[in-house]
Amino acid sequence: MNATVARLVAVRLGTTLLTLLVVSVAIFAITELLPGDVAEIVLGQSATPEAVAGLRAALHLDQPAYWRYLQWLAGLVAGNPGRSLVNSDSVGALIGSRLPNSLLLASVTAAVSVPVALTLGITTAMTRGSAYDRAVSVLTVAIVSVPEFFVATVAVLIFAVKLRWLPALSYASDIRGIGHFFRTFAMPVVSLSCVVVAQMVRMTRAAVIDALRSSYVEMAILKGARPARIVLAHALPNAVGPIANAIALSLSYLLGGVIIIEIIFNYPGLAKLMVDAVSTRDMPLVQACAMIFCLAYLLLVTIADLCAILSNPRLRYR
Amino acid sequence: MSRKTVDPLELLSTADAALIRSALQNRATRRDVMGWLMAGGVGVATAGSIVTYATRALAETPKKGGRLRVAGSGTSTADTVDPAKQSFSTDYARCNMFYNGLTSLDGALAPQLALAESIENDKATVWTIKLRKDVAFHDGKKLTAADVVYSLSRHKDPSVGSKAKSLADQMTAIKATGPNEVQITLSAPNADLPVVLGTFHFLIVKDGTTDFSIAVGTGPYKCQEFKPGVRSIAVRNDGYWKPAQPYVDEIEFIGIPDESARVNALLSGDVQLIAAVNARSAGRISSTPGYQIHETKSGNYTDLVMRVDSGPTQNPDFVLAMKYLFDREQMRSAIARNFAVLGNDHPIDPTNRFYNGELPQRPFDLDKAKFHFQKAGIGATAVPIVVSPAADNSTEMALLLQQAGQKIGLTLDIQRVPADGYWTNHWMKHPLGFGNINPRPSADILFTLFFKSDAAWNECGWKNEKFDQLLASARAETDEAKRKQMYWDMQAIVHEGSGIGVPMFLSLIDGLSTKVKGLGSIPLGGLMGYNFAENVWLEA
Repeated sequence: MNATVARLVAVRLGTTLLTLLVVSVAIFAITELLPGDVAEIVLGQSATPEAVAGLRAALHLDQPAYWRYLQWLAGLVAGNPGRSLVNSDSVGALIGSRLPNSLLLASVTAAVSVPVALTLGITTAMTRGSAYDRAVSVLTVAIVSVPEFFVATVAVLIFAVKLRWLPALSYASDIRGIGHFFRTFAMPVVSLSCVVVAQMVRMTRAAVIDALRSSYVEMAILKGARPARIVLAHALPNAVGPIANAIALSLSYLLGGVIIIEIIFNYPGLAKLMVDAVSTRDMPLVQACAMIFCLAYLLLVTIADLCAILSNPRLRYR
Repeated sequence: MSRKTVDPLELLSTADAALIRSALQNRATRRDVMGWLMAGGVGVATAGSIVTYATRALAETPKKGGRLRVAGSGTSTADTVDPAKQSFSTDYARCNMFYNGLTSLDGALAPQLALAESIENDKATVWTIKLRKDVAFHDGKKLTAADVVYSLSRHKDPSVGSKAKSLADQMTAIKATGPNEVQITLSAPNADLPVVLGTFHFLIVKDGTTDFSIAVGTGPYKCQEFKPGVRSIAVRNDGYWKPAQPYVDEIEFIGIPDESARVNALLSGDVQLIAAVNARSAGRISSTPGYQIHETKSGNYTDLVMRVDSGPTQNPDFVLAMKYLFDREQMRSAIARNFAVLGNDHPIDPTNRFYNGELPQRPFDLDKAKFHFQKAGIGATAVPIVVSPAADNSTEMALLLQQAGQKIGLTLDIQRVPADGYWTNHWMKHPLGFGNINPRPSADILFTLFFKSDAAWNECGWKNEKFDQLLASARAETDEAKRKQMYWDMQAIVHEGSGIGVPMFLSLIDGLSTKVKGLGSIPLGGLMGYNFAENVWLEA
């Protein structure tokens, strides 16, 4: 690794940290703007002005916003995102009980959808213009155009209600054995894959085709390399950047954007926790969840960018 | 599967029903029981059906064992097993698995003794409650007066944040007068105290409990696991003080907020009992073999709020015109799919023991509506009517009113507002809008909360001195017959004069597997008034 790459990587990581700071300001400001007061919501029908004022003081809601922001940021950096205003559990513990579920669902979906998408993308690029290519293109676009709640609901009606092959609810908490694991995750993972696969297939196909048009691939063909070798050894390494970006964008959706799937399958994940928190005006929990989603997004995009930087031979060997 | 028929025993009070059941168990002949019933003024056809029903119910002897999975209509991190902090239907269902109250409410919302062995009162002000001596908490500790004093007193402590503080504040003194005797002194007479004590917030916890991460009560099930927003696991309490109850070995209670996901979970066999089924899904459940619905008639209503202090609704003729403009039958069939009973512009529904059944039903009458509308002199000016998904079915009701209004020359301008923030920003703040009132345990509580002149939630701002006087004297009256007459009069006054239109009372619908037996109706809510746990059993 040389100085240029090191500098690029350092700048990229610095930008990530700066973005995260800006995001934290934005999240705090937006949650401040949300209508409704947590003191009134917690007290509900028995809210008297004195009780509300007392509770606000107890929750430090009467302090100026910048002071609360700094307190909150210091807590976050120290790994202590505060306590839930609704049930006074630690936010860390609440998130800790849900984050593994979300990560599990996201990683299983990624493990299924990324290989499928890459295979489809590369093979369609190799056979571009063929009937197979067109069929895959039409199919993936058709699938991504159908909203996931529709796919999931129809899947539940067919496989759970009619055929009774799979459970309608997905409990991550009591997995018994590998067969049960597959039965539990089959429908949520397939529904989610439908959403993310299409985007990755199309981006992969475009990137590989782009590389296949280049002069060094022409050279390889003239050299007499076999098609598989041309694609895997010559075209694909040069297409890693855009493909990594497409994968990162799709995967970041799997953490925060799966609320509909979590609701339909009653899956206890992080997105549902955040929606709960918004409806109960539990600000520390909302802020912590939002920060986690932004962090995951930034991490994935940063990794994709680093992949692009490191996979670029022009940067590596200059 | 057709809709479940009404249990004829529910037509009688629970005490009578229990009497008949035990009589039949003790080999009284059919003729004996029919004779008693008819002597008590029950018609021969009804008596016959009651006896037939009771005999059939006896054939279905409760079976012990099995694991039951139940899904309520919501779950979040705000889930609780602290009786004082319950605020959602799922909290009530959960807490009723683990705790008991001093009394419990039956199918006519009349109080029945539970942890209390006897309740006596002096002028409805000083109440002496004797406790059962055979009751123990899940950890083995005996129930004593100290537990009851602690459980009731904590509602008055502002730092507890009890939802029932306003109800508890009337108890000026709560003291133990013996190891198993508690005396409650009220600030003013209230004959309904046994009803208040039967409401869910007054479930009895152990003296000194402050940690509610798990529930330790006297109830039919022990709390094995409680994870807010995820699930609760309840295992049978073998030392339960009600002989033979409960029946199921273990109950897993979860919440599924999405209605269609809930119905799918039932029909795919993931759960055996679900609450809060939409009337639109009822047909889907009852047409699937092996599943049925259970309808609970209740006092839940969506009402048209006509403020008597602002806008065109100040004019009593306009208010009357609107009440005649309700096509109640069509609303019942088109909006509620017949899972409702007609309302008569007062808040007491037919399941209530104080329901005034002799008050003539206000009809859908365009001529009368037109007459009063013209007398009000509004003319062609469009009248805004505010609707929101927060008030169930308000949009549909307003559309039907709008169509009917066109026939008498009234233009209603429907203004839709979002559900979020509706109760703070819109409810009771527009001359013409909608409210939604959940079932309440007593006529007194309903009238006090929503119709008393100085009530914070007096939805239409209606003030009536005679009504207030009646309300106060009915509360102090211990003679059932006299009280009934007063509540009947109050219903007539509200029906005539207030700015509230109640077109119908909506039923609550549960969905269940036909293997689940013993689910009855208590109009406080679905899942047998949230008290299903000790009453249901599983057929093998």
